[in-house]
Amino acid sequence: MTFFRSITAAAIAAAVSFGATVVRADEQHFPLQSYRVGPYAAGGTGFFGGFIDYLNLINIRDGGVNGVKLTWSEGETQYEVEKGVEVYERLKSNPGIAAWNPLSVGIAYAMIDRVTQDKVPLLTINHGRTDTTDGRVFPYVFPLLLNPYSETSGIVNYIASKEGGVESLKGKKIVVLYHGSPYGKETIPIYELLAEKYGFTVSQIEVPHPGNEQQAQWLQIRRERPDYVVLRGWGVMNPVALKTAQKTGFPAAKIIGNVWSNSEEDVIPAGDAAIGYTAITTQASGNTYPVVQEIQKVVYDAGKGNLEDKNRIGSVYHNLGIVNGILNVEAVRIAQEKFGQRTLTGDEVRWGFEHLKLDPARVEALGAKDLFHSINVTWDNHEGEGYVTFQQWDGKKWNVVSDWIAPDWALLRPIIEKSSEAYAAEKGIKVRTAEDADAIVN
Amino acid sequence: MSVHALPLPLSGTLDRRRFAWPAALLVVAYFVVPLVATSYLLEAILLPFLALSLAALGLNLLTGYCGQLSLGSAAFMAAGAFAAYNFNLRIDGLPLPVTLVLAGLTAAAVGTVFGLPSLRLKGFYLAVSTLAAQFFVQWALTKFGWFSNDNPSGVIDAPKLLVAGLAFDTATGRYLLALTVVAIVTALTVRLVNSPTGRNFIAVRDNETAARVIGVPVLRTKLLAFAISSFIIGVAGVLWAFTYLRTVEPAGFNLDRSFQILFIIIIGGLATIRGAFIGAAFFVVFPLILSRAGSFAFGGLFDSGVLDMSQRIVIGALIILLLILEPRGISALFDRVAARLGRLRGRP
Amino acid sequence: MEWYDFLFFIEVLVGGLLSGVMYSLVAIGFVLIYKTSGVLNFAQGAMLLFAALTFVSLVERGIPFALALAITLLIMVALGFAIERTVLRPLVNRSPMTLFMATLGLSYIIEGAAQLLWGTQVHGLDLGIDDTPFEVYGVFISKFDLVAAGLAAAMVGGLSAFFHWTRIGLAFRAVADDQFAALAVGLRLNRIWGTVWTAAGFVALVAGLLWGARLGVQFSLSLVVLKALPVLVLGGFDSILGAIVGGLIVGAGEKLAEVYLGPFVGGGIEGWFAYALALAFLLVRPGGLFGKKLVERV
Repeated sequence: MTFFRSITAAAIAAAVSFGATVVRADEQHFPLQSYRVGPYAAGGTGFFGGFIDYLNLINIRDGGVNGVKLTWSEGETQYEVEKGVEVYERLKSNPGIAAWNPLSVGIAYAMIDRVTQDKVPLLTINHGRTDTTDGRVFPYVFPLLLNPYSETSGIVNYIASKEGGVESLKGKKIVVLYHGSPYGKETIPIYELLAEKYGFTVSQIEVPHPGNEQQAQWLQIRRERPDYVVLRGWGVMNPVALKTAQKTGFPAAKIIGNVWSNSEEDVIPAGDAAIGYTAITTQASGNTYPVVQEIQKVVYDAGKGNLEDKNRIGSVYHNLGIVNGILNVEAVRIAQEKFGQRTLTGDEVRWGFEHLKLDPARVEALGAKDLFHSINVTWDNHEGEGYVTFQQWDGKKWNVVSDWIAPDWALLRPIIEKSSEAYAAEKGIKVRTAEDADAIVN
Repeated sequence: MSVHALPLPLSGTLDRRRFAWPAALLVVAYFVVPLVATSYLLEAILLPFLALSLAALGLNLLTGYCGQLSLGSAAFMAAGAFAAYNFNLRIDGLPLPVTLVLAGLTAAAVGTVFGLPSLRLKGFYLAVSTLAAQFFVQWALTKFGWFSNDNPSGVIDAPKLLVAGLAFDTATGRYLLALTVVAIVTALTVRLVNSPTGRNFIAVRDNETAARVIGVPVLRTKLLAFAISSFIIGVAGVLWAFTYLRTVEPAGFNLDRSFQILFIIIIGGLATIRGAFIGAAFFVVFPLILSRAGSFAFGGLFDSGVLDMSQRIVIGALIILLLILEPRGISALFDRVAARLGRLRGRP
Repeated sequence: MEWYDFLFFIEVLVGGLLSGVMYSLVAIGFVLIYKTSGVLNFAQGAMLLFAALTFVSLVERGIPFALALAITLLIMVALGFAIERTVLRPLVNRSPMTLFMATLGLSYIIEGAAQLLWGTQVHGLDLGIDDTPFEVYGVFISKFDLVAAGLAAAMVGGLSAFFHWTRIGLAFRAVADDQFAALAVGLRLNRIWGTVWTAAGFVALVAGLLWGARLGVQFSLSLVVLKALPVLVLGGFDSILGAIVGGLIVGAGEKLAEVYLGPFVGGGIEGWFAYALALAFLLVRPGGLFGKKLVERV
């Protein structure tokens, strides 16, 4: 039972780590607004588990980043915005904070003003507010690897590759089934833009939150007879979509999930209805990658693993946490090369993120070849040109079924800049230049 | 047959002692708190406390004084917040106080529309039908990009807070701004409940038929209660969005928030002004204390998930316990304690 | 109307009616409790989650289906009586609003306990009912939904038999009619309440399993109550028949609205349409479909 196992595990952990919470001179701190309770706990335990596991790996195997130990503290948010803010205010005075990683759009929104004022990076890997990609306007916010627009373009490019090139998209019909929230609506104009560009038709159907009833939507879909359905879901909406698709006779193989519809938690409840379903990801799942293997060996075999259920090692959310760990640690390492091997300030880490360039060779050296492709963050591009891949669910696990695919960043950039410039005008923010980005303020 | 047996607001003679405590609190809130408060206290406790107290005050007018149960409070908060954002954005140079009033009026209009069913429905039927407001407003705010100035993420950002050329953008500034708004609205509310309109509210709550017989315009009174209550809740929504969170999405004003506000007034004390404040303090501070105490005492033993679930259980149990022990809320509990202390002191 | 369009209309209608049965299933749990104690039991959703989570966790630990069902039912019985003893009895004769808040507190406790005991993982639940559609004159009908509807019918039949032909059922109806009179003639309210909460727990179990098979067993399962509330407003809080007919109307109404009205306003209207429908109906008939004329509660 969860409860009793956690008592024993925690008792051992407490005995081992007693007194280790005092921050000493050369430490870099990661405050975590985690959510291990509430509706989204499954994702939270996986992501924060993976993140902590990677930090642990660096500490145990390498003795930290160039001798600077990595520390963290957790505050439970239940995915609620006020709790997230409370945790932010509580932990923000901890010394040596490197960056914040809330993995919640709502909490991230409420933090944008705060981190900008406090000059600490805020990372929203794979999600977040699209226009924060524009580092000229949002110096401290990083939607690393993939923002919603790039995700849209990646999905369309994948469909094109399946059909034999972008020319074959002409005349095709795609239905986007989206969650009835700002998150779900965000990509509507992008699908329309791409439909116009490539000559396919798109019809976008909303599922009201929480999405536990989709009969009407899937009957509409069946009537439209699309070639593909893109599932832009969230939480319980995903398994229900797959189940209802089966119920209305739509094949799962023609459904493509977005980045929040791509985890084990999204397909397991759907049972057999999910077999053949494909979803986008920036980080492949599975535990065969060297870095995941090492985490298993160094961290879990030493009894310091964060996941309670070892079967979840290498799951989508766990690997996302690991990749997030890699990106954070490498940003610190890059910043250390410039500023010295010591505890860095938030603004120095920000500089590190703005020079976070990991080419495939470096990714391989980190033991993450094929786990994720590469990243290239610059002072004005805070997303960093992440590549995507696609995985298909076989009833037991995800299998990669595509190459690494590049979204059409050049097409999307002007739209993003329009939005971020509107924000800058609304808030009276001065648009940064490259020189501004090079200056360190604290 | 529910909320009676609640105290009528003391009216008539001005008891000086009644104003001594609020006045003293205000002095502390204005002059001491800004000097000593840390940013944590301001940002994580006092700002949400002020916004929630005001919302609870608004709901207390409707539910506590006028007896109409509503589960749509979060929707009215959202209406206020998004209205303020749009007024401020679209009318150049609109002073902040005017924006606040206009936002309140917008929320009042929305509240009146969704209060219409109260003319035919009562009790839980009414409560459930106010859920229509909850879902409709959230849907509309998400659906129509105009409300969020076509922000692709559907969120609104607080503007610079300027009143008469003074900037209130720091934590302390936002606190003082929120405090002032809450103080003014509270003072007006106290006046209102002691006015004939306030007495009409209570008459409608206690016995509608009797109220009609003595000439209270029942339907108008109910709608007025919805309007005024929504006005206050709408202003609270502006405080929530502008002074506390600064960037909000419609999903932040969900059903849980409505329940939270209802909890606040029931736990704090229905049909009392201070009930809203006591209840809000309880709901903002108590979970924090519990979580701190929990992680201090058991932090090494359990992971944060286990602690938080236990907390949920403790809070649930405490709510039930309070309802059993003191149906009139913590505010009545205070009175009892005060009365006992007074008796002790009175003894020779 | 073209033949194909007509078929589509029928398909939406049938799908809506079958979804409606699922709403009724949740609504019946509310009705049972409201009838006897005048409480809108908001913890019904949490009970549903608790039942489904307990069942699925037991099955995953290798306990056979039937045994797991029996154990879960026993736990729900214990829970029902525990609630009666610790929450309802001390709050007897309090206002409905106080009781409502108490059930909200109760839902915190049950949700917390469920996750503390069984963890926060999501689970798939396979009841062994095949969910591929079959075709009747060109209309696709879900087998699972039909089975669910059958089960719901059987449950309602069983419940009405219980309340009609057993002593405790008779007492239940007496309490529902007039609590004070029932007390006056010496009926033991405590036992009746315990039984009713147990019955509600049983309904929660059945609804939890069927909804759990549709959604997966996870936290959001407790949100299905939001689908049941408009059904209650429409059908009356105190009528089982109302809950069924209300469920059918809400199910069919919201599906048809989503398909035929949705496109004009941008879709996604299901969330509030059911409430609007119920409201419009109530403005005409304040007592609901079959509810008592008297709506003067609270």
